[in-house]
Amino acid sequence: MKKVKGRVFFLGDRIDTDQILPGYAMSVPTCQHKNYALKGSSIPDFAEKVKLGDVIIGGKNFGCGSSREQAPVALKEAGVGAAIAVSFAMIFRKNSINIGLPVIPSENIDHMKREIQEGDLVEVDIEAGTLLHIDSGRTYELNKLSEPALATLEAGGLINRVRNILRERGELID
Amino acid sequence: MHAIEKILARAAHREVIKSGEIITCDIDLVEINDLYLQVIESFDEMNGKKVWDPEKVVFVFDHYAPAPTIKSAQTQRDMRSFAWQQGIRHLFDINTGVCHQVMPEAGLVYPGMILVATDSHTTTHGAFGAFGTGVGATDLASILLTGKMWFRVPEIINIKISGDLKPGVLPKDIILYVLGQLGTKKALYKAVEFSGEAIENLDIAGRMVICNMAVEMGAKTAYIQPDEATMTYLKSRKVDFDKVVVHETDSDYQFSEQHNFDISNLDPQIATPHSVDNVVPVGAVKGTKVNQAFIGSCTGGRVEDIEIAYNILKGKKINNKTRLVIIPASKEILLECINRGYMQELVRAGATFTAPGCGPCLGTHQGVIAPGEVCVTASNRNFPGRMGSSDADIYLASPATVAVSALLGYITDPRELEGEV
Repeated sequence: MKKVKGRVFFLGDRIDTDQILPGYAMSVPTCQHKNYALKGSSIPDFAEKVKLGDVIIGGKNFGCGSSREQAPVALKEAGVGAAIAVSFAMIFRKNSINIGLPVIPSENIDHMKREIQEGDLVEVDIEAGTLLHIDSGRTYELNKLSEPALATLEAGGLINRVRNILRERGELID
Repeated sequence: MHAIEKILARAAHREVIKSGEIITCDIDLVEINDLYLQVIESFDEMNGKKVWDPEKVVFVFDHYAPAPTIKSAQTQRDMRSFAWQQGIRHLFDINTGVCHQVMPEAGLVYPGMILVATDSHTTTHGAFGAFGTGVGATDLASILLTGKMWFRVPEIINIKISGDLKPGVLPKDIILYVLGQLGTKKALYKAVEFSGEAIENLDIAGRMVICNMAVEMGAKTAYIQPDEATMTYLKSRKVDFDKVVVHETDSDYQFSEQHNFDISNLDPQIATPHSVDNVVPVGAVKGTKVNQAFIGSCTGGRVEDIEIAYNILKGKKINNKTRLVIIPASKEILLECINRGYMQELVRAGATFTAPGCGPCLGTHQGVIAPGEVCVTASNRNFPGRMGSSDADIYLASPATVAVSALLGYITDPRELEGEV
């Protein structure tokens, strides 16, 4: 979980949950949600293009709208390794962390959008809070995640984190 | 401290808290809707056996009521059996309505409580002085197990609204105007208190509309200080007054931001595609052809909203190239609409009624829209694809604007009705 490496996809401001996973897609079996990832966005064929570990760089208020946890799940299942944006909507941010998808705000999005090309390789160091552009060797600073967020990501999501706590208490026997 | 902070402090068993801190709170009520079978799946994965308190757990089947797909039918089936097996009494099935209407009607919402639900519009319950906030499935599952959730104590913005509304201008117009002025990110991670004479003069339904759409500016929660009108409503709903705690904000409390609006000269407002803050006076888009009009949802499906449509449409016929879908937000509202004769008259005027629930507001069923179509709606979101095709245009407006636009077949300021029909 500490580092994620993949190609960059750029998105604009206010990518809402209906763009990430449209309401109609919630009626398909859960295992198919990934096929609808970003179907309503400016990259409707994202699900076919994305590879494991790829990184989304978005704009302001990424994930606004519905509380549907299926939205970050669709991104993660499609292969997204991390999402970086100017800011994230509150519920989306927490849902993403809870399901083990790193979402990290950054004040350097403008620089990234100027200096990185769509499809370039980057490496995100989640704990250090940096994004490395492989071609140029340039590093961009990301915001530091809070202690609970890092602990949840480290455990691979909130389910594992709760299980670990229960195990420590002796309340969960594997 | 602010009243909102006092709610959180009490639930965290603390004397004093301040914004930015992370605290763990006891949760008074959780609600799970039928979009979220994952709550039960996560609960099982976390090794959950019994929910922490079956009296504090509510299920509402509203997003898919009645089930339009086999998948949603299975979700509801599995949720019913979970609720029955766990001894959860508060199971509101497909015959009841939208969670944010059904819970207050059932007397489950009261000042001073923390209510967490798997729905972003849980900010609605600020209308009753409750701390309501939305979460996803995994957070909710962890509350089912522990009865607790951690919060970052939010900064609080005060939005003060003064003045009297002109005739034909409604609470929905106020909140659309505020959204247009402040934008969709203004309250990200923050709480919003609405105050001022214009808020105090609103009935409970109007206050619910205002708090409901606070989430559209990113708010974690919304709040209106409870008053006589709140208490009268709570009594009518047989709320257990032993649980009610009305906190007052300290006189020296400093808000993180202050915004003042005077709505004395406000005209009816409309949010144009594809963002809730693309707000203009209705007159600016007058004449836009309307394929479907919608009155319903947790924002615009109360008796007060349907009454407005009735007053505009009784004895008339909607435009023959326009559809009008009306969905009462709850069974109780549906019955009241029948009792008062609204439903009969609106059906005669050409409206299509469907079962209480969320309906096409989130594009799942009961009136979704086709590519190229225009929908004007009393609901809450106009993102691309929200109500059906991503290639449709959604305009958010008051129920008066929606009803008049259905009557004439194009977007119209409701105050023009006299001159045009």
